[in-house]
Amino acid sequence: MFDFSIITTWIDNLLRSFMPEWLTVVTECVLIGFVLLLAYSLLALFYIYFERKVCAAFQCRIGPNRVGPWGLLQSVADMFKILIKELISLKYTDKFLFALAPYLVILASMLTFAVLPWGNGLQIINFNIGIFFLIAVSSIGVLGILLAGWSSNNKFTLIGAMRSGAQMVSYELSIGLSVLTMVAFAGTMNIVEIVEAQDRLWFIFSGHLPALIAFVIYMIAGTAETNRGPFDLPEAESELTAGYHTEYSGIHFGFFYLAEYLNLFVVSGVATLLFFGGWMPLHFPGWDGFNEIMNYIPSIVWFIGKAVALSFIIIWFKWTFPRLRIDQMLSLEWKYLLPINLFNLVLMVLVIAYGWFI
Amino acid sequence: MIALTIQSSTLAITAALTGIGLVALALWIAGLISPRSFNPQKGEAYECGIPTRGESMAQFKVGYYLFAILFLMFDVECVFLFPWAVSLRSLGTAGLLSVGVFFFILVLGLVYAWRKGALEWK
Repeated sequence: MFDFSIITTWIDNLLRSFMPEWLTVVTECVLIGFVLLLAYSLLALFYIYFERKVCAAFQCRIGPNRVGPWGLLQSVADMFKILIKELISLKYTDKFLFALAPYLVILASMLTFAVLPWGNGLQIINFNIGIFFLIAVSSIGVLGILLAGWSSNNKFTLIGAMRSGAQMVSYELSIGLSVLTMVAFAGTMNIVEIVEAQDRLWFIFSGHLPALIAFVIYMIAGTAETNRGPFDLPEAESELTAGYHTEYSGIHFGFFYLAEYLNLFVVSGVATLLFFGGWMPLHFPGWDGFNEIMNYIPSIVWFIGKAVALSFIIIWFKWTFPRLRIDQMLSLEWKYLLPINLFNLVLMVLVIAYGWFI
Repeated sequence: MIALTIQSSTLAITAALTGIGLVALALWIAGLISPRSFNPQKGEAYECGIPTRGESMAQFKVGYYLFAILFLMFDVECVFLFPWAVSLRSLGTAGLLSVGVFFFILVLGLVYAWRKGALEWK
């Protein structure tokens, strides 16, 4: 397995050889910022293209195919188009909160994005409470959405924001509890350690039944958390025009759109990290030849590949299930997912206590 | 990208500043190249083509608050369970029993809310 920390240590030593300590840190922070920005925007462009192609395939259409080869440049063209749209300033909005909301939404998705394990040695923020930090900062996004809806001073946005608040807040509980189940299994919250613990076998295989249940619950809650699929009530087109971002125009709207796609990636990235071994290749105990061949695929390809495959499933949900009503959505969380999740936690404790895991 | 010498909190602040920078930069570029035209109709709230009636920052259903309160209760308790989950193996039976009591009260809270009808959307 190629260790990317060789490259980063080399850059670190190179900068250190002709710079003072403080300047090295500043330069490295700026470099990391640029890399983050690049990865963030490239992934967003890819995801917009990916979703449009997948949706088209589900509806027996071709999808974007005019701009560039196979329509690959379509999302770049869209980005420029959204930049040259006018930013309309409205009369009755709360100006400060209206401008603040996109910052909070992007901030939350960028912070969660930076915690993900990208590859062997490619970990930007390495907290010892990594996964806990991830859950904590991802809830800043709810604040942004609530502010956006409230400050727009429009009935559609208010209803959209309230629904979104109730939905994201409720499903955050399920995400928290299924992450808790896996943290109990891994025995650590550090992301690097969680990934390295799956060297022998991914948690979804080694975690017995509770890991499987936690994965299903995580996927359902993750879909709700990103306001997608059957849980898209906050922006239900047929009833609320565009929900909480109705009043945003141009690039202001673009930020919400961007954050939504990046949150999709982050949710599938966290599922990859907890259940499918992060950047860890597919290993089976005893199959040494097979494990050796799997190690030849670079770790970053493993991580992004698994995350995109899980995102495909989440996009699939959208075209399979009809939209839920708000009471159905809330009772699904509080009457089904939460009790099952609590029971699953007890099951996981039993599995650990009796050593039933493989 | 793991720069061994940099504190994780510095990196978290870097990521946060990157996010803020992205928004500020995109808004600045959009401000430079996007057109401007004035029309009094543009400032109105979007609502099906007719002017808005009444106040939009109005009261809304109390059910949303109820779920927010329930969330607060359960989320705080979930946060308390995290440190226990990490040291589950080293705490042994004593830790398991004391968390069992805590967990029982947590479930009791959910059952109480359910029986009281707090989970119904009326």
